[in-house]
Amino acid sequence: MPKIEVDEMRCKGCQLCTKACPKQCIEMSDTFSKTGYYPAKLAKQDCCIGCAMCYQVCPDLAITVFK
Amino acid sequence: MNAITKRPESLLDVTMHYCPGCGHSVAHRLIAETMDELKIRERTVVVAPVGCAVFADKYFNCDSIQGPHGRGPAIATGIKRAKPDSIVFSYQGDGDLASIGMAEIVHAAARGENITVIFINNAIYGMTGGQMAPTTLVGQTATTAPKGRNPLLQGFPMNISEMLSKLESPRYIERVSVDSAPNVIKAKKAIKKAFENQVNKIGFSFVEVLSICPTNWGVTPLKGLDFLREKMMPQYPLGVFKDEKESVAQKIQEGK
Amino acid sequence: MAEKVLMKGNEALAEGAIRAGCRFFAGYPITPQNEVPEYMSWRQEEVGGAFVQAESEVAAVNMLYGAAATGVRSMTSSSSPGVSLKQEGITYLAGSDLPCLIVNVMRGGPGLGSIAGGQADYTQATRGGGNGDYRTIVLAPFSVEELGNFPKKAFELSEKYRIPAMILADGILGQMMEGMSYNFEPVDPAALCVKPWAIGPNTTGRKRNQVYSYGLAEGELEAMVLKRAERYALVERDEVIYEERNTEDADVLIVAYGISARASIAAMEIARAKGIKVGMIRPITLWPFPAKRIAELASKVKAVLCVEMSLGQMKVDVDLAVNGKTPTYLHAKSGAFFPVAEEIAVAIESALNGKKEQLFNLADLAEKATNERAEAKNAPCKEGALL
Repeated sequence: MPKIEVDEMRCKGCQLCTKACPKQCIEMSDTFSKTGYYPAKLAKQDCCIGCAMCYQVCPDLAITVFK
Repeated sequence: MNAITKRPESLLDVTMHYCPGCGHSVAHRLIAETMDELKIRERTVVVAPVGCAVFADKYFNCDSIQGPHGRGPAIATGIKRAKPDSIVFSYQGDGDLASIGMAEIVHAAARGENITVIFINNAIYGMTGGQMAPTTLVGQTATTAPKGRNPLLQGFPMNISEMLSKLESPRYIERVSVDSAPNVIKAKKAIKKAFENQVNKIGFSFVEVLSICPTNWGVTPLKGLDFLREKMMPQYPLGVFKDEKESVAQKIQEGK
Repeated sequence: MAEKVLMKGNEALAEGAIRAGCRFFAGYPITPQNEVPEYMSWRQEEVGGAFVQAESEVAAVNMLYGAAATGVRSMTSSSSPGVSLKQEGITYLAGSDLPCLIVNVMRGGPGLGSIAGGQADYTQATRGGGNGDYRTIVLAPFSVEELGNFPKKAFELSEKYRIPAMILADGILGQMMEGMSYNFEPVDPAALCVKPWAIGPNTTGRKRNQVYSYGLAEGELEAMVLKRAERYALVERDEVIYEERNTEDADVLIVAYGISARASIAAMEIARAKGIKVGMIRPITLWPFPAKRIAELASKVKAVLCVEMSLGQMKVDVDLAVNGKTPTYLHAKSGAFFPVAEEIAVAIESALNGKKEQLFNLADLAEKATNERAEAKNAPCKEGALL
């Protein structure tokens, strides 16, 4: 199953990926990252289709997509 | 399972200083991917005049020169004329290019310099703290237009792509946006073409990129997307304004 | 030594730059330096270099900034108001440690001033002119021959220290014609050293090069400025150039550069014929200024006379050198009016004998202006109109 990994040190919590995901798989964490943001995370299992739309809009290259 | 996305080699592996949601870094990635794909990193120079992207030289893995506010196209002209084998791009914001640097961009375009210009339009001054730009929309508030841009006092927004497309020399002018994944993919195509034109000696190529500036607009990044789509796009329609297949030299040779 | 040919100053300069290996020129029309870009427009093409007529002085100097960063010997030229516009680029060139040549064929000022020759950009040239803590190496020719031969010297000094170099000429030198011969063989740009710091196509697998003048991290900018100051110190110690005439037995020492020095040579002949022992030191580098030598010479004379086409801009440096040990005087022409030998000769006598004729003294002007203002006292609001 495809998945994404979010680099919490790079994510600035802008939420753009949550809107870009066609399956609404991404949500924001409710805990701070070490850099002081609420980072994005893959919230639902077996949801990601590996389309990389989130990667396209991510300003901080914080997302890696696996397929 | 393999990673299908990869940070381009032409972009250094560092955290960028841009605010959350800022479109600059997306544009940076698209340029870096283009440099990788065209294998031009070793001969590319980024010209970074004053603005939020003044530190672009810390991010692109190629030679760089930081310049005075607005003078990117003049600096790029000097580099390209002195070293014609180099690939030179000027990366400019809207305060930089459309205000203080208006003469430089217009004349570099008019001379048909074989350079690439990436123009980030977010309708505001970013680095200095949200002052009114030539591209600020009518009614849009800014720290120097607290009641909103008033056309009676401050005139109307300037559409740079349309203006430059009236000149004879420019070969390629397109306005794109990085507000959504499909638009980012389109923006990549435009940016790649603007660099290919330089590699193939076609001539002056210009890509205007609509981008959000949540910090200085005073909205969340997601609300910023709404503003870009609902307010900016009607004023700054996306599209190709000029696309010439031949260089000026080829046209003159053929007597066109 | 090559045969002499008759050449106009500005053209001798342009050809001299080409022969020195200059392969990039950007400029903008302004009198009295127009022959420089005109000559460059066809000559650069002939030698495979680049010429750009820029849309403004500001654009021209930024083109220079880009070209200089590639390591190609590059120059721009202009005249006083245009050089004011170029200060933006000059401070970036200095802050980014780029060698290049900037030529100022000075005219009268301030403002639009006059198109005749002037020397009133001395302070601007020697102190930097733009923002920040920096210097440019300034060479001041006094003949067409020097105008033609100085570009090579300027490029060499500029590259040796990575400090922008300026040739500070004036409209009279630029426009006059004289016998010209070049004292060096034409430089082949391909034979010059590769600059390890230059940007452009990377053919050697070197690390990427960054050209910039900013330093925002704590201590970063200060470190950059101090590192540069080390080179300034070397320039001040090792690169001072000047010429002396008749200084062995002099009672009066003239200090003059450029066209003012030429008039002073003729004035010396007039004064010497009258039995006055007068000598001259001509600073050829205005920065670094020959302060040490002037101090030595000043200790042996009765008076020091500065001759310049500005109201004492150079005299500030002379006063700093003399340090109050010998009386200093000023014969000044401003408003783009050149010094005349007969008048300088009178000034020499005045300096020696404590007279006022042909000497400029700001305190005297204050007295005159005070009297004029007193007359206007009874006419309210007229005071400003008088000035």
